[in-house]
Amino acid sequence: MLQKIYDWIDDRIDITPIWRDIADHEVPEHVNPAHHFSAFVYCFGGLTFFVVVIQILSGMFLTMYYVPDIENAWQSVYYLQTEVAHAQIVRGMHHWGASVVIVMLLLHTLRVFFQGAYKKPRELNWMVGVLIFFVMLGLGFTGYLLPWDNKAYFATQVGLEIAEQVPFIGEALKTLLAGDATIVGAQTLTRFFAIHVFFLPGALFALLAIHFILIRRQGISGPL
Amino acid sequence: MSDEKRQVSRRQFLNYTLTGVGGFMAAGLLISPVRMAIDPVLKHDEGGDFANVGLEVSEITSDPQRVDWSVDQVDGWYESEVSRSAWVYRNDNDEIVAFSPVCKHLGCVVSWEGSDDYPDQYYCPCHDGRYYKDGVNVPGTPPLQPLDVYEQEERDGMLFLGNIRPHEEA
Repeated sequence: MLQKIYDWIDDRIDITPIWRDIADHEVPEHVNPAHHFSAFVYCFGGLTFFVVVIQILSGMFLTMYYVPDIENAWQSVYYLQTEVAHAQIVRGMHHWGASVVIVMLLLHTLRVFFQGAYKKPRELNWMVGVLIFFVMLGLGFTGYLLPWDNKAYFATQVGLEIAEQVPFIGEALKTLLAGDATIVGAQTLTRFFAIHVFFLPGALFALLAIHFILIRRQGISGPL
Repeated sequence: MSDEKRQVSRRQFLNYTLTGVGGFMAAGLLISPVRMAIDPVLKHDEGGDFANVGLEVSEITSDPQRVDWSVDQVDGWYESEVSRSAWVYRNDNDEIVAFSPVCKHLGCVVSWEGSDDYPDQYYCPCHDGRYYKDGVNVPGTPPLQPLDVYEQEERDGMLFLGNIRPHEEA
């Protein structure tokens, strides 16, 4: 049945070559843990991506209940935590995944660093990777405020004051992030929400696409 | 025996295994989000309480009169007071009937004798829908069903109204 549907589509628009390009490629022996167990270190990039997928999915579902408004944000989170079946698990996935993604990203970075895989011709991909790291930190920072509890509020207060320390543009940068020169409040929350669910994920998808296209173009780096 | 063994190729075996494991992981990942998303559908209504509408039962006559009251509504994390209204009268069998004023055509609000042209009828101003005194829709006007009725109760001589339910066909 599935084969028939696939054939029907393939017959018309010839998707097999596209599929081959994406999925069909050799895995060199030195990155295959079946040959050398130590090759598991090559998994961290893929694991980072896997956790990112979990973050996107759980985040999408959380916005079904969450309201980015200072009157209702905490209430809506409390409601989904206490009244909605399985919502606690979904928020748990998003909460813990946020930390796991940073851990995986760091392990991936360490592997690339210590294997020297960032060297010519892969410098560009290293730079893209560093940008992805910053986007992830931004996602963590903006997401932390959204539950609008005390911890979130004061963490953001501190984060904004750190941003204010930037020479020359510090104050403007803080106002740009918070939406107000002095208040961390209604405008800050909506801004952080917009950044968290639209701007940064958009940037992340673009960077991930470049990251993956570059890997496919340049191939995985050789054995040590 | 060895012939049968060759019927599953290495590629097929890997395909099945990977699809199975992948499907298992995807299902494990999606089960909680999906359950969370469909929660409103599976939540059953506890049934609203009866509310005192501030009308003494002895004051109810055979002339429909409008009563307005408010109920506390819990909408997820948002609680508010919402207003309700009903048209109440005593029918020929001396039973109290409370109609919901929501027109069964497209949900506008009907009033008793709302139009001078149609005395002794409920009238909806949106599309000239009309109902007889017993709540049954006048044939040939837009509504296709009679007005809904409130569940009702008498406590200490006062009228209490509860959930809205469909009119039992007259």
